[in-house]
Amino acid sequence: MSDAETRNVLFAGLGGQGVLVVSGITALAAFRTGYDVKQSEVHGMAQRGGSVTSHVRFGRKVRSPLIPQGAADFLVAIHEKESTRCRSQIRPGGIVIDPSLPGAADELCNKWGNLYLLGILSGHLPFDREAWRQAIRSVVPQKFLELNLAAFDRGAASVSQSNGDIAS
Amino acid sequence: MERALYSGNEAIARGACEAGVLVATAYPGTPSTEILESLSRYSGINVEWSCNEKVALEVASGASFSGARALVAMKHVGLNVAADPLMTLAYTGVGGGMVIVSADDPGMHSSQNEQDNRFFARFAGIPMLEPCDSDEALRLTKQAFDLSERFDTPVLLRVTTRISHSKGIVQLEDPKPRPQPERIPLQPSKYVMLPSHARRRAIVRQERLAALRREAENWVSEERGAGNGSVGVITSGIVYNYVREAAPDLDILRLIMTYPLPDEAVRRFAEKHSRIVVIEELDTFLTDQVRALGIETEDLGSSWKTGELDPDRVARMLGREVREIEVVKGPPPSPPVMCPGCPHRSTFAVLRNLGVEVTGDIGCYTLGALPPLSAMNTCVNMGGGVAHAFGIEKAHGPQSSEKTVAVIGDSTFLHSGITPLLDIVYNGGTTTTIILDNATTAMTGRQDHPGTGRRLDGAQAPAVDLEALCRALGVNDVRTIGAYDLDTVEQAVKQALARREPSVIIVKTPCVLMERRRGVAYSIDVDVCTECGACLELGCPAIKESDDGMLIDPLLCTGCDLCRQVCELQAIQEEEA
Repeated sequence: MSDAETRNVLFAGLGGQGVLVVSGITALAAFRTGYDVKQSEVHGMAQRGGSVTSHVRFGRKVRSPLIPQGAADFLVAIHEKESTRCRSQIRPGGIVIDPSLPGAADELCNKWGNLYLLGILSGHLPFDREAWRQAIRSVVPQKFLELNLAAFDRGAASVSQSNGDIAS
Repeated sequence: MERALYSGNEAIARGACEAGVLVATAYPGTPSTEILESLSRYSGINVEWSCNEKVALEVASGASFSGARALVAMKHVGLNVAADPLMTLAYTGVGGGMVIVSADDPGMHSSQNEQDNRFFARFAGIPMLEPCDSDEALRLTKQAFDLSERFDTPVLLRVTTRISHSKGIVQLEDPKPRPQPERIPLQPSKYVMLPSHARRRAIVRQERLAALRREAENWVSEERGAGNGSVGVITSGIVYNYVREAAPDLDILRLIMTYPLPDEAVRRFAEKHSRIVVIEELDTFLTDQVRALGIETEDLGSSWKTGELDPDRVARMLGREVREIEVVKGPPPSPPVMCPGCPHRSTFAVLRNLGVEVTGDIGCYTLGALPPLSAMNTCVNMGGGVAHAFGIEKAHGPQSSEKTVAVIGDSTFLHSGITPLLDIVYNGGTTTTIILDNATTAMTGRQDHPGTGRRLDGAQAPAVDLEALCRALGVNDVRTIGAYDLDTVEQAVKQALARREPSVIIVKTPCVLMERRRGVAYSIDVDVCTECGACLELGCPAIKESDDGMLIDPLLCTGCDLCRQVCELQAIQEEEA
């Protein structure tokens, strides 16, 4: 990834699925790795089970907190329907991380399935492993921390097993 | 210097803390709510959830008059409620620095309108600052207190949803020590706005505005673009970042103080460019003022005046190519819905079945307007529904109130529903009002209010007795019921509608999200179920149609029992353990 380029990660799901949790962790991990980062989300009505999206952008210098249309490098969708709905926002060659990936549907039966998808994302992003873990620790309640970290690790492992790091 | 990743709201709170704010007040409202929640986590700041925005501004004013730095935060429509004191505070000025945060909601993510509160700065005649990201939100909040004290005026810090709810990296500094300020004696000539005093202060206000117009020259940022410099863009706030990204070649004059306008800086910038484009969100607030200086600006038409801007819309405003996307024919975005187990559901199911018209209000329960409940006919502003019902009765006679019910939440009732109920009693109405008392301000994320028994700082507080309050207003027919028995709710509504006097029904059951209340999940016996759809008419997200018939999602079901009550075939039962 060149210095000047801003990377765009779009998160989507339904209210209550933890879209803001995983996007928040990603933004923190980018920050702790040393990138400039902006994250944007909408609260309120959107949280009552409706469609929720969150934008995370990182790079050397990020201006807009919103991703221009059709420019998402990654789409992380926690719900199949939201994945379909947001598909058009991915740039050509962009990567989709959603329940259709092998093993993801089973993981999403658990409340921490979103962390599994985040683990997959982590395999594609140039953030420090420790930055990810610190970010998870500072966002996820202590009670569920181990389960969440384990789901994250399984997601991360599934990337290295399949096709390795495909981030450009 | 330490850095952190903060939302705009967290940054404003930090800025206020670093500036040594002593008193901070607000009524919760998206997108401003987290400002006070964040401030409550710093020690030594006296924070409160006020009953409404007017009270919030008045409490902050008292603190400021007597010498303390004070901040008050609200969503854009909250400033309408607080407009009465605001307009005269521009006359009195301040003691300690006073910052009023208005969080506007272009695009109406969670609001009933998208009014442009920049006009309030001009209307009241007070300076306005607009940050472009979290880091600037922090710094401008700090500087706003100094500006307020230097010019003896409240300062409007105007942000939008996209500033409040976007995170960015901020530079932190040590908070200013916060010693107890000396109490300033209140000068009547400054703070008693009798006409004779106010006439003198009106002149002070005009002189202050002239001085602020000169001061505004220091609150601009001019940036050369990579292009030939023929086109200049005048912009402010978050929109600046969209312009910067969409058109790195253009020269930009970014206004940080957006009222009063820095006339000289704008003129100089216009002289250097053959074409001036003003890019702003919502109304033509800046455009009109720039044109009033005799500067020609590009006519962008009116299609940009509604909705939120984003990098793509700004690119189009500037005539740039935008990456076209193939819109996939897919499902529309899921609308928000009442939660499974929501105590509001039974009331709206009953009101729909009774075929009455419902004058509604602002809160989670506004979702009762959406299908399949479809049981709300008006919702305009906080507290409005109670008075709407009475207005209908006044126009169409007492018998019309048998077909009208006003519905209002507990927090909204305490915000501005008490006076319209008193109005009904005083003016001889017979209107029925339902107070949906879920013991919290649910829509904005479950904040406390005077009925919950707890304050923003976590301290215990006296909880207002709603039933006693309604009786004290003169309502004799007041009853309190639980939410989860449809027959009880129906009987209460029928009885209240039949009474020839004002009635209040308090439907008292805490928000399902608050207690994480979860009984045994229910299930549908598909052998008995005929898929008549009666349970679906409750609009519960836990009940779904599937290829194998109707089913209840056991992860979502809270066991509220409503679906069992509406199933005539008794196909719905508690799931056996």
